Formats: sequence, structure tokens, C-alpha cells
Amino acid sequence: MPRRPDLQSVCLIGSGPIVIGQACEFDYAGSQALKVLRAEGLRTIVVNSNPATIMTDPGFADRTYLEPLDAEAVAGVLAQERPDALLPTLGGQTALNLAAELADAGTLDELGVELIGAGVDVIRRAEDRELFRETVQSIGLKVPESRIVRALDDVPCDLAFPVVLRPAFTLGGHGGGIAGTPDELARKLEVGLRESPVHQVLVEECLAGWDEFELEVMRDAKDNVVVVCSIENLDPMGVHTGDSVTVAPQMTLPDEAYQELRNAAAAVIRAVGVETGGSNIQFARERGTGELRVIEMNPRVSRSSALASKATGYPIAKVAAKLAVGYTLDEIPNDLTGTTPASFEPALDYVVVKLPRFAFDKFPGADPTLGTQMKSVGEAMGIGRTFTEAFLKAFRSRELEAGGHAPWATLEALPEGVHPWFRRRLEEARETLCSITSLEDATRDDWIRLKRAGWSDESVAGRCNTSEERVRAARRSWGVRPAYRRVDSCAAEVEASSNYLYSTWGEAGDAPFPAEGSVVILGSGPNRIGQGIEFDYCCVHAARSFRALGYEAVMVNSNPETVSTDYDTSDRLYFEPLDAESVLELCARERPAGVAIQFGGQTPLRLARALEAAGYRILGTPFDAVDLAEDRERFAALCGRLEVAVPPWGMASGPVEAGDVAAGIGFPVLVRPSYVLGGRRMRICYSRADVEAAVDPDDRVLVDRFLEGAVELDVDALCDGTDTHVAAVMQHVEEAGVHSGDSSCALPAVSVDRATIEDVEAVVRRLAPALGVVGLVNVQLALVDGRIFVLEANPRASRTVPFASKATGVNLVHAACRLMAGEPLASLTLPPVRAEGRVSVKAAVFPFARFPGADPVLGPEMRSTGEVMSSAGDFATAFAKAERAAGRPLPLTGNAFLSVRDVDKEAVAVLAARLAGLGFRLSATPGTAASLTAAGITVSCIRKVSEEGEGATAVDLIRRGRCDLVINTPDGRDARSDGYRIREAALVARVPCVTTMAGAAAAVQAIAGARRERAVSLQEHVAARSA
Amino acid sequence: MSYLLLEDGTRFAGRSVGAEAIAFGEAVFTTAMSGYQEVVTDPSYAEQLVTFTAPMVGNYGVAPARSQSERPHARGVVMRSVGDPEWPRWLAARGTVALADVDTRSVVLHLRERGAMRAALVAGEASVGHVLEQIRAEPTMEGRNLVASVSTPEPYSLGRGTVRVAVLDFGCKRSIVERLLAGGAAVRVYPHSTPASEILAAAPDGVVLSNGPGDPGALDCEVATVSKLLGNVPLLGICLGHQLLARAGGLRTFKLRFGHRGSNHPVLELATGQVLVTAQNHGFAVEGSGPAVTHVSLYDGTVEGLLLQGADARSVQFHPEATPGPHDARPLVETWLAGLRYAAAA
Repeated sequence: MPRRPDLQSVCLIGSGPIVIGQACEFDYAGSQALKVLRAEGLRTIVVNSNPATIMTDPGFADRTYLEPLDAEAVAGVLAQERPDALLPTLGGQTALNLAAELADAGTLDELGVELIGAGVDVIRRAEDRELFRETVQSIGLKVPESRIVRALDDVPCDLAFPVVLRPAFTLGGHGGGIAGTPDELARKLEVGLRESPVHQVLVEECLAGWDEFELEVMRDAKDNVVVVCSIENLDPMGVHTGDSVTVAPQMTLPDEAYQELRNAAAAVIRAVGVETGGSNIQFARERGTGELRVIEMNPRVSRSSALASKATGYPIAKVAAKLAVGYTLDEIPNDLTGTTPASFEPALDYVVVKLPRFAFDKFPGADPTLGTQMKSVGEAMGIGRTFTEAFLKAFRSRELEAGGHAPWATLEALPEGVHPWFRRRLEEARETLCSITSLEDATRDDWIRLKRAGWSDESVAGRCNTSEERVRAARRSWGVRPAYRRVDSCAAEVEASSNYLYSTWGEAGDAPFPAEGSVVILGSGPNRIGQGIEFDYCCVHAARSFRALGYEAVMVNSNPETVSTDYDTSDRLYFEPLDAESVLELCARERPAGVAIQFGGQTPLRLARALEAAGYRILGTPFDAVDLAEDRERFAALCGRLEVAVPPWGMASGPVEAGDVAAGIGFPVLVRPSYVLGGRRMRICYSRADVEAAVDPDDRVLVDRFLEGAVELDVDALCDGTDTHVAAVMQHVEEAGVHSGDSSCALPAVSVDRATIEDVEAVVRRLAPALGVVGLVNVQLALVDGRIFVLEANPRASRTVPFASKATGVNLVHAACRLMAGEPLASLTLPPVRAEGRVSVKAAVFPFARFPGADPVLGPEMRSTGEVMSSAGDFATAFAKAERAAGRPLPLTGNAFLSVRDVDKEAVAVLAARLAGLGFRLSATPGTAASLTAAGITVSCIRKVSEEGEGATAVDLIRRGRCDLVINTPDGRDARSDGYRIREAALVARVPCVTTMAGAAAAVQAIAGARRERAVSLQEHVAARSA
Repeated sequence: MSYLLLEDGTRFAGRSVGAEAIAFGEAVFTTAMSGYQEVVTDPSYAEQLVTFTAPMVGNYGVAPARSQSERPHARGVVMRSVGDPEWPRWLAARGTVALADVDTRSVVLHLRERGAMRAALVAGEASVGHVLEQIRAEPTMEGRNLVASVSTPEPYSLGRGTVRVAVLDFGCKRSIVERLLAGGAAVRVYPHSTPASEILAAAPDGVVLSNGPGDPGALDCEVATVSKLLGNVPLLGICLGHQLLARAGGLRTFKLRFGHRGSNHPVLELATGQVLVTAQNHGFAVEGSGPAVTHVSLYDGTVEGLLLQGADARSVQFHPEATPGPHDARPLVETWLAGLRYAAAA
């Protein structure tokens, strides 16, 4: 069937900020779908609150709305734009839930908007546990034995423990878990009921230890069904698939068992009734008996489908979008072959392994045990011709920090329950490595065996006690070099012009011959806290820009979730680990005109030395600028020469010396290990004792004066080595001391006067060329009593680049690429930065709810996973909307609870008075209450948990839902303090909880001043800016 | 040093993991990702050296129930890597030559461009020049009649179903018979050389023309038999059986460059517009167009199914019995049996 002629315009809902369980895979899906829909001549409208996405770039849709993903905002956009249809299957659970909500409320009918891809009855059948069970049973398949529980006293008494709890309609299994005893069940049930928006928890047969498989299935309007990919989980049932090591295609099932799964998957997608598009169907299978259970199905594009797309070269989201507008599987051509249709199921002649990336070190106190609730923050994928080759590539692509806790940290201790087949293969690989002891003895055959097993030069170096460089030289002396193979979706059966490549060993290559003048763009690897989708956004734009400038863009990355690893993004895609060996080998093949290292965050910077040593040209800012900026002594000396102030600082070894240095500088101080990245182990210390406690005996630390109460500014600028264009001066909402990635920020800087902004710009103009920046630079500054201090400079694309680009309407990455290619700044004709007009606010989103036990307080260590953006005519409206988009809607009235540390008691009175004036009833802990009463404010005094006495404690009030807003500033780092308990209670009860005074002031300003405004699309916003 | 040597002199090194011998045959490849034992024991692979594109082969061992016949029919097996030692041990014990650590993707790219060709798998020491001479002395697949070597020598019966089905065995996979039995048929399997009169004398409700190896163009006797059956009893041809039916209906067959072998080939059923994902294993195809064609390949447009109007004879190039491969087309056999049952009752 051809495209439906009745559709003229389609609205696509994104998945919002990056959270655990919903990451860049939906940007990949969304941007693919938009390309297809626009190519079909449809008018496209996008709603997504995440500014770091490619899909929200103004060029990707006709109308782009960075609005909160709630029913109110989306209904507003729909009413404004009146699209013919809404496509909800590409924006994760968020989009699907929103679509169901809008349909249930009658909004879609009212506006005449048709739901395409999956109707509301389909969403129900797949998502409502009871309906799903009935549906699956109606086709003769089994689901785990289970009961729906709607209340605490509703627990069936004949349960066989252990049981699994799965709250309905939560993403990534949020709020779920395994209970071994009735007591444990009662405890977890309480959480689960609260987390589920419909207050339903499924308590079910525990299949722990069963093998887990997933199938990615497509269906079209003519009821054709194809299976795109099978995925086998190495971690057995009981571990969320997002946290599992997974392999594609499945490795251990004989044909008859695999076909049973295939038949079951087809039956499920038909019974649930997904009209068009892709679904992910998960199965548990008992290894001995072959007993099968259907665990769940997602009637939409998912994390697994992104993985399956990258694993096979079959673009699921693209095909799903075409199916949604009427095409059938036999009509859609396969991109890679051009000659076969989308109904040709992929055949793989390689193996793909995905490993999750965790961030437990960021959340001390949180339980690192894996279960049914997803906890990983990112993933890395490896492609190889054998299981171990693929596994070991993914293994090292994780870029684990030394000493950090991670499942699958070593091959010595594999988790329990891993299928013996995988165990044996990994043991064999270890034996292969152990079979060599010195480089001198290794022959060509040994090298090929080692490399085919998947071992890196670095692993061999570790085994032979030598350097990676010596290993590389020894290996190359035997002529052992990688070959590059194509991912072609058909195991070479059909001629394919695929540009999607991976390396392997001991065989011939068939990759396209590289042209002269390519630019290699190094990606950012697996998502982690501090390095996520923002850098992928930059890499994607770098590829587009260099292509536009006449270069061939060559992308290197190992993160399967991303847009950068879409083969459409670059001229050649190397799906490879971002390590020296892989990058040097592919550069040896590419002989690039240059390598771009400034877009992928810290990961490419670590490779810069090796690249320079091998004679490759780093485009733009040289690596020495990074060293100059990171080496505190060199940086401080530079700032001294430029007469730019930095906070007083010193280096120290061990606690005593650190204490001395701190005393010399003056308290409070910021103490951090000198090699620190992303704010790890940073501490603010108020006394010598604090400092000594924060520093280990063999630590070398940097001690900085901590500028308390300072206003922090984030500046993104472009420099051609001489001239500098300050593109954005953003003001942090929270004061200095909160990591810039966690702080909300506003553009333009709302409370800084024009003269100061000009001074700040002047500082950045001096600094950027002095650092040697050619391209992007980010500078963080603090304002204290009118004085400007430079806190740090990063001569690379920063996390704020996508936000700043969208807020100012200037594509900063594109500009940077032109500078890197040698154009002078003057030829870029950048529009002047204008402060007037709309205010844009960026707000961070945190995973605290995933990590019970970790303190949800903001500090110098970054812990947010994602961000949202909103724009409005004034700060209050923009901030209120950003908080809404971040899932923390501010109350307009109700009960506010306040509990602040002593230094904030004076300031809190002002806020409390305003809240009271807005009609809030106030309550506070005794200390705070006393100071409020003294200021003449009516407040009820509530006892702390740690205080003896009658009546409810603060925690009780919050738990009982008697509280709509919590303002609590931390009084210490004692993990079991009252403050911690209050914050934890607020988190669990989903009450907005502000932990800084500046944040509280902004919240109060927003509550008081937020207005209702018509949503303005990015296109209108940009047009207004450039008018 | 073990190796795969093609008739054009191209050589691919490997490590012998099967029987120590030299095996001659036509080099072909399959893209099926599971079902290696089914592939190797499928009589249609007689006189062939099969390369698996699947990266790891043998992962889940072997089981007698998976075999499609008494023994391996592929002469040799070429793999990138072996997933489990039980599999090559099983091959070695049955005299099948097998190589691992072969650059299989390069083998496939070569065969895709130059076509399936004569080849040898050398496990052990043998001079390339000498082996090449031997390869070039072997017959090509075109014109080769291999049915006699794989058909049953004597007729036999299975099942007590209500529909009586005769199977003309040209190298029949067990799973075809199993599908018939599962569909409620009483099956009698006949040698390929059985005269049509003998089959018609038994008055079956329908006759299945089975799959099998070699060139359908070389099977004039079998075509004559099918011609005599045609119009006198309902016929269902599968793979080689489809090609024989086509020839009996006046169509010609031709050799494909490298054939269709795999578990992922989409086929369009013209009457319904449905896509069937099918198991395929054929080196020859039917030339034809027009109303008799019921199915076409969405991969290269070749004929995948025929219905000879007025003769109650239909056939498919793909394998509805699967094994290995997807079960999408299984209902085809059931529908055919249901038709027979209906006709018998009428």
C-alpha cells in the first residue's frame, strides 16, 4: 500500500530528559522518523523538552516545541498546530503514556488528531498487566503466574516466595523488585503502589535463573510480521534487561527452540494488535525443560530496538515511521542494500555484545545489587566475528574508572547463572591470553589467535608486563593489522554499499576505500553521568558540518543508543572502542586530513597524545591547550599574565599538608583530587578537620578557595586563535558549589547587569586566544561582590552547547567546525548576542529515586542524568515550566515545609514571608521555626525525627502527603542526619524538594510570577531573534 | 595446512576440525543463523561444500531428532568459528570434512560475485596444483542427476491418518514427512523411480513431490513420472519437486548464480499480498511468469510458487516444512491436506 494520502501533518512526541531507562535511543528513533516523514512530504511537529537532542534541532522538523512532556503542554501544542496524526511509538514510555492520557481525556478526539502506530487499545493491552495476561493466554502462551495488587491489604496469602513486584506504567521497571519474605513484600509493595501512576503492582512468579531472550518484531498494516533481531541476555531473569549483558543474535538456542520464540513473538504482536511498527517482546525460558513465559512487550521503539538496529543495520525507527504512514514491509527498501525490501530479515555474520555502564560510585549509600529495576546509565556495544571478540570490545569500551564498582568488572568473577556456553567461551579467551608470557615468543599465529579472541594491545601489555606501545610495535612487526568489515544486514548475500564498519582480525576487509580529506570525529562512548547526549549532539553536528564543508565525515563511537552511530550521520561509521589501539588503527587506514577531538567530551582528549605522537593532525584547538587548562599551575600562571583573577589555590599531598594549605587560603575551601573528572570526590570543607577528613594519606589534592554565595556563570565562546565571539553567558540558578551540570541555568543571565556581562566577555576574550583555542571553549566564572573570578576553562565543546545553540539560534558546533577548518571568525558573520527578548532556562534531572539510600542533595559532584529546557517571556515563567518539564512541578499553594542550616536562617525569612503572602501555610523544624517566628512570620513548629516528643515528625508529614513543597539545605555530610531523612521522604513522596537557598529563591519567584503563555516553537523563536 | 580451494584457484586457509580427507563438491553458502545440523543432513546438500555465514556454528551441540536424514549429505562444512566441540566431533565421526577459522565472509563475497563453483575442502596435506586438477575433473552441478543416491531404495509407510499422501522421495527431508503426519496424513514414501502407475494404483488422496539435490534439468524420467501424475491426483511440489512440476507443466529451469540458501527470504503470496519469511535451499529456479505463478521472491523476483490450473497441482520453491527456518509457510501444508480431506469427503 502506498502512503496514506489523508495524512498531511504528524506530531511526534519525544521522550524528554535523559533518565535511567530512557536515553539517547529515543533521539535516534525520533530523528530517524523525522527524516522519513519529511521526505514523505509531511509537515512535522515535535514536542520534546530535551534540548540536547538532535530531533529538537530546528532543521529537523517544521515546528519544534521544547515544552514539558505533560498532557497540558502537549494538548496546547496540538490545539495550536492541529496535526492530522500523533505518532507516539518513538518517544519511549513517556510518549506512549502521554498519548494514552490524551486519548482518555478525549483531547485527541476533540482536536481530531488520530493516533497512528499504536492505538490506545493497543497501548492498554500491552501495558496493563491484567489485559496483557489475558491477551497472551488467549493465544495459548503463558505469562508468569501473577496477581494484581491494588492495596497493601490486598496481598494474596498463597504466594510462593520469592516473588517479583512490577508496578504498572512505570518506565524501566521503576519501583519494582524481588521479595523473598512476606515482610519484604509488604515493604516493597508500599513503594511500588506509590510509584505506579495507577496504583497497581503485579506480584508474580519469580523466574530468577531462567534464561532471557528478546525479539524485535515489525508488523505492517497488511499483517506481515518480520523478526529483525534476536537478543540473548547473559545475566539471567531477575536482572533488568537494560542492566544485562546482552548478545545478538541469540547464541544458545537450537533452531526448533528459536522458531518457537519467533512464532510466539509473532502471535503476541498480532494479539496485542500493534497496527504498524516495531515491538520488543521479552521471554523467559527454562534451560532444562524449555518452558516459556512471555514477560512483557513494548508496543513501540525501545532501547532494545535501538540496539537491534545497530546490531543488524536494520533501521527499526525509520521503517516504523514509514509503516505508520501506510507503507508495507515489502515496499520499503533496505537502505544498506538498496535492492532488498524491509521484509528481508537481517542475517548476521558477526556477533554483537552490549555491556551496561553503571554509576554507583556517584551514589554512595545506594544498593548496587542488580534487580528488576534498571540502574545502569549507559551502554557500550562491541562488534566482532566471534562472541569473545565482540564481548571484549564492549568490555573495554565501557571506559570504567579504576577501582569503581561495576558488575562484570573482571572476567575472573562472572555473575551467577550465566549460561555455561558463555562461561566456556570466556574461559577459552582467558586461556588464550594466558598462553603467552612475553612478546618475544609470540609468533604471527599467536598474534592472530590473541586478536581473534578479542584481546586488545593493552590487555596483552598487562599480561606481558610491558607497555601498550611496545605490544603494538611487536604485533605490527608481524604484519598483524585489523581488517574492516561492513555491517550489511544480509551476511554479504546481497551487494551493499554500507558505510557501517567494524574491525576484525586475520581476514580480508571489504570496507569502502577511504577518500582523501576525511575528518575523523571521535565520539563520547557510553553515556555516564557527566558525559552524555550533549556530546553526541555535538559529534552529530560536527559530522554534518564537516560534510557541508566538503570533507568526508568519519565517526567513531561505541555507544549504540546514539544518533552519531546512525550510519546516516557520517560518510563512514566505525563502530569501535574509543581506545588508542582502535583509533590509531582506523586512522592508519583513513589517513584523515584531521581528527576532531573537541566534541566528544573527555573521552577523545585522552586519545589526543597518542594521535599527535602518531603524526595525526588534531583539528582546531591543539591538545596542549587542554593540558594548559587542566594543569592548575600552568593555568594559574596564564591567568596571572592575563590579569584574570582565579580563586586562591594550592596543591598539597596528604591530609596535614592539605590542612596547612587550606588554612593559608582561608575557609571554606574546595578540595579535590588533582586528576578529578566530573567532580568526583570533590568536597567543600569549612574547617581544617573537614579537610583532613576529606584527604587520604597518599592523595595529591588541589585546594581552592570556595567562593561562598557567589553567582556562577557559564560561558560558551568561539575562538579562531585570535578573535573570540562570546556566544552565550548563562547564569546558574544555584550558587557556586553546585556542579555546573546539576545547576539550573538561565540565558540571558537574568540578574547580572550589562556592564558586568561586558567585563565577563572581556575576560573570556583574553583567555580564549591565550589558551590557543580554535573552535569552542567553555569558561566557568564566579561573581563575588562585583569581582570576577575564573573557576575553570575547558577548551572543548561543553555540556551547555546544545542549550546555548537552541536558546541563541546559532549552531555553535557548525561555527566551531568552520573555525577548525581554517576560516576566520570574521567570515562567520555571527549574529550579535542579544540579551533582550525571551528567557531560556535549563534544569537538570536526577536519578535519586532509582538509588534509595543515596542523599538527594546537590553538591560539587555531578549526579544528574539529563536536562530539560524551556523558554518564556520572563524568568519566572520559564523556570516554572522547566521545573514542570523536569518532573518537579511547583505547587501554587498548599503547605510548605522549611528546614535550613544556620547560615541560611536569615535568608529563609524573606522566602517564607513571600510564601506566606502567596497563601502557603508554613511549617518548620524548631530552629528554623524560631527564626521565622522572630521575624514575625506565622509558622507551625514540627519536631525533627531525631528529637524526642509527641506528634508527627517532619518525615511523617511528608509521607502522609501533608506537604507540597520542601525547602531543606544540608547541614552536614552525616548520612543519617535529619536533613537526609527529610529529603529522602520528599523524594519518595514525590514532593518538590529544594536543597539550596538560591534554588529556593528561584522557586518562590516562579511560584509568584509564572504566567500562562502560548507555547512558542523554536522556529518562531529563532526567526524572532534574527529579525 | 587445511584449506578450501575453488575451481578458479582461489584458496582460503582454515583449520581442520572434522574428518581428515579431501572432499569435492560445489561450494555454496547458507545464511541461516541456526539449524546447522538440519542443514548438513538435508539431502539437498548432496555433493556440496556448505559455508555457514553465521559467525559461530555448533553452539548447542547435536541431537538425533534434528537430523533431516540418516547421515550428513553435505560433503564438507566451512565455518568462521566452532561454537562447541561436540559438533565437529559429530562431523568427524561421520566422515564429513570440516574447516574452522576460515574467512567465511570473503568466501561468500567471492561466491556471490563469481557464482557457486566446484571446489575441494582439503583437511591435511595435499598439493594445491594436484587438488585443482581433480576439482576441474569433477562434474559441474549443472546437468547433475543426484536423486538416485539420496532417494529411499524401498517404499515405506508412516502414520495412520485419514488423508492418504504419497511422497515421491527425491531426497526428502524428514520434516516434510513430519509435517504431513502432524497434519493428520497417512504417508507412504516411494523411491524416485517408482512408476506413476504404481502410485496411482494405490489411489492416494494426494502426492508430494519432495525436495532433493542436483539439477532438475537432468531429471527427465522423474519429470515424465510427474507428467503422468499431473491431472490424475492432487500434487504438492516442494523445492526440487516444484521444479519438476514446473517442467512437467512445460516450464524450464535454470541455474541461479549462487542460489538461495537461508532462513530469511521474503516471498510474496500474490493472491493475498502477504509476505512469508521462508526457509530456502535451492541452486536452480523456474523460469516463468503469468497466471500460474502464485509466489515470487521479494529478493530477486524469481518464481517461488506455481498453481497449475485445472490439474490440482501446486508447488513452492521454498520450504514450508522449515527445519531449519521460520514457520510462516507451514500452514501451506496444512491447507493442502485440508483440501485433500475435503475432496475425499465430497
